[in-house]
Amino acid sequence: MRPTEQGSGRMTTTDQDGPVPLVEARNVSKSFGGVRVLDAVDLDVLPGEIHGLLGENGSGKSTFIKVLAGFHEPEPGGQLRINGEQVPLPLAPGAFRDYGMSFVHQDLGLMPSLSVLENLRLGAFSRVNRWAISWRAEARAARVLFAEFSLGLDPATRVSELTGTERALLAIVRAVHEMRTLRGGDRSGPGLLILDEPTVFLPETGRRQLFGLMREIAALGSAVLFVSHDLDEVREITDRVTIFRDGAVTATVRTATVSDAELIQLIIGRALPDYSAERVAEEQTTDDAAVRVGELSDERLASVTFSLRAGEVLGMTGLLGSGFERVPYLVFGALPAATGSLEIDGERLSLPAMDPVKAIAHRMALIPADRQRDGSVGSISVGDNAMLRVIDRYTSWHGLARRRMARDCERLLDRFDVRPALPGIAYQSLSGGNQQKVLLAKWLSAEPRMLLLHEPTQGVDVGARAQIYRVVHDAARAGCSVLCASSDYEQLALICDRVLIFDRGRVARELRGSEITKERIAHECYTLADRAEPAGAGPPGAPADR
Amino acid sequence: MTQASRTTEGAEAGGEPPRRTAVGGLARNLAQRFAIGIALVVVVVVFGALKPEAFLTTSMLQGILGSQAVLVVLTCALLIPLTAGDYDLSVAGVLMLSQMMIGVLNAQMGLNIGLVVVLCLLAGALVGLLNGAFVLLFGVDPFIVTLGTGTVLGGVVLWIGNSTTISGISTGLTDAVIVYRFMGVPLAFWYGLILTALLWYFLEYTAAGRRLLFVGRGRAVSRLSGLRVTRIRWSALVASATIAALAGVLYAGTTGAADPVSGEAFLLPTFAAAFLGSTAILPGKFNSWGSFLAVYFLVTGTTGLTTLGAQSFVQDLFYGGALVVAVCASRYSRRKEVRESGSL
Repeated sequence: MRPTEQGSGRMTTTDQDGPVPLVEARNVSKSFGGVRVLDAVDLDVLPGEIHGLLGENGSGKSTFIKVLAGFHEPEPGGQLRINGEQVPLPLAPGAFRDYGMSFVHQDLGLMPSLSVLENLRLGAFSRVNRWAISWRAEARAARVLFAEFSLGLDPATRVSELTGTERALLAIVRAVHEMRTLRGGDRSGPGLLILDEPTVFLPETGRRQLFGLMREIAALGSAVLFVSHDLDEVREITDRVTIFRDGAVTATVRTATVSDAELIQLIIGRALPDYSAERVAEEQTTDDAAVRVGELSDERLASVTFSLRAGEVLGMTGLLGSGFERVPYLVFGALPAATGSLEIDGERLSLPAMDPVKAIAHRMALIPADRQRDGSVGSISVGDNAMLRVIDRYTSWHGLARRRMARDCERLLDRFDVRPALPGIAYQSLSGGNQQKVLLAKWLSAEPRMLLLHEPTQGVDVGARAQIYRVVHDAARAGCSVLCASSDYEQLALICDRVLIFDRGRVARELRGSEITKERIAHECYTLADRAEPAGAGPPGAPADR
Repeated sequence: MTQASRTTEGAEAGGEPPRRTAVGGLARNLAQRFAIGIALVVVVVVFGALKPEAFLTTSMLQGILGSQAVLVVLTCALLIPLTAGDYDLSVAGVLMLSQMMIGVLNAQMGLNIGLVVVLCLLAGALVGLLNGAFVLLFGVDPFIVTLGTGTVLGGVVLWIGNSTTISGISTGLTDAVIVYRFMGVPLAFWYGLILTALLWYFLEYTAAGRRLLFVGRGRAVSRLSGLRVTRIRWSALVASATIAALAGVLYAGTTGAADPVSGEAFLLPTFAAAFLGSTAILPGKFNSWGSFLAVYFLVTGTTGLTTLGAQSFVQDLFYGGALVVAVCASRYSRRKEVRESGSL
């Protein structure tokens, strides 16, 4: 037991279902290629409680959930008891059902082109062969189920016609229903519903409805494990909360007993040394913007306006669902914008009419977060990936000057410190950090005026991370305007001259100069939801309604 | 994290071997690259030993080389959209259309053969344009679109040809295709060889070829890198239909007549040769020399079996089987590659 496990004794005494936790994880660890992503995690979930999991991206919440789902195999030495019974690790895929667990993932797992009823019964039909489905009886049963949770859903409606909130509610009711139909097996117990960030794209009213549903489920004796980024939500709905940081559990606390500040401290850890001295001198004339984006809107963003000076590094961040991560793609024309304009070097372009060809013609560069899908082709050589943008320079009367191209490419790879600097090997054989350096080489060799980055150090080891920061720094010093959308607060604090914090599709805060610290960014992100909320939000730590 | 011990494809593209290649890996790699060539030699030796009097003759060699030029050209046509990631199932239809146009315009209406050939190529390009329009403007899967247009073309051929075989095609064409020889082999073979070399050069030594490959392997990457993906895919479909029309011209020249149905039989061997070819020379990549070898491996196999007295259905067994085996082999090697690169 960890000393931080406050309040668990109290829970056991107040709980009617007895002291047996639904889930007892002890010393659960997991590594990917030598990187420890779960470090000796101990976690209890009690019957009838709503238990929050909080932590930054990559802190280990999702990995832990995936261990419960049997998706990841934990390292030997860990133990897992479910309903008091020791279970073998790893869990067999799908075995979670036998233990009364049910998952709702962020993408909800609904098929939009099928009806509400078909979606509701999808899981059941996929497990059991049925040769005579009575749709009439199924629809009746569905109506009874919806009535129980006071949902006004018509079983015949297509899921694509539902609102986002209705979809989330449907997915959760489906999970509850499955959990229940499985109950009664000898090992299933009272049931555990696991919600992996189901609220990020929901409007306020949707959240209320969802929380009502979660409370009903908990009141029936099942437990709910609720994964979230949002402090405010966790505070409102959970009884206890477990905080993850860097793969380890930092604490499990009763939600009502901690303050926001304490939670943020637990989420982001200790303070870091201050790098702000390295920042470029502030307060130049305000009208020297090299790039201006005006009134940018799309399905998630509403009138985002900002400008960038030459040589400035502008950070963008926010919680999941705030929409900040769409900005680089919208500016580059990779995603369609609804409205907006871009002024670059005195030329004004319409963003809805933007496309990557035009963006490149205006010397913009985009380094996407998803290297495998958007950044590069793994099965093609490093050289071809790096030189794709400039391949025309090597066309001569007798075709491609492959030798000259390989030589120049080797020099380029050397300059960006790609190891090994061999143009001939397949791109996918490089490590994550070197893959990212190849992409930077590809784009920066064209000396862009504007560099758009999205999570530039995702899946990159610490050493390569520092090199990537240096490369970005050098580009900025050479006059390039850099926009970096990232959820890594430490990274933003290290490289940005200014940081915009997004909330529900709008720029909600701007931090500059010495304000830019990891703590400050985290604090702003996690507390914006409080302020943006309409009247009626209870004081912090308002007790859950049981 | 993604440290591959060895990857096959792409490594050859830059011409530089990876640093950590083991000797065993290199040998395996060489064996894979020349597998079809070796198989071709084995087939020749086996049939030659079994039936030397029928098999090991100059006329047999000349016949095999000359008769398959149409398939070589048609496979070249198909390789272009395949490299761009699109299927083109209408190539056999275009071949039949072009062949029948020669029958109708040249043999029946007496138009000059040179002019007719130009018209055939134009008609092919037009079909490619239409395919591209359906695929790219309406966003339909090219597999379905070209399956449809290929069938439509088959109907058009029956219609314009009155469902009969038309003979009497200008001797100018048959001379240029099959009668005149160079080094004892009909010119048709040399046309196929030249086209194979040109396509190899295009795919390996030009920027456009590289772009085509990127479009086929990563649409999103290509788009975000500023390639005009739509234009490139469209051009690939036009190129494939135009070259397929050229194959039709050669086919008319080879047979000296235009019949409305036999061209359909080219579709499957074309795919078999393309996929089988992608397991050799540059394994994992559609490439023209690999396909060239595959065509001659497949035809030598079927011809050999026929000389041994097998019935003509073995041809279908052989080609169909080769297609399935080739596709499985390429999937397997790709899966192995993914496993070896240990992606997370």
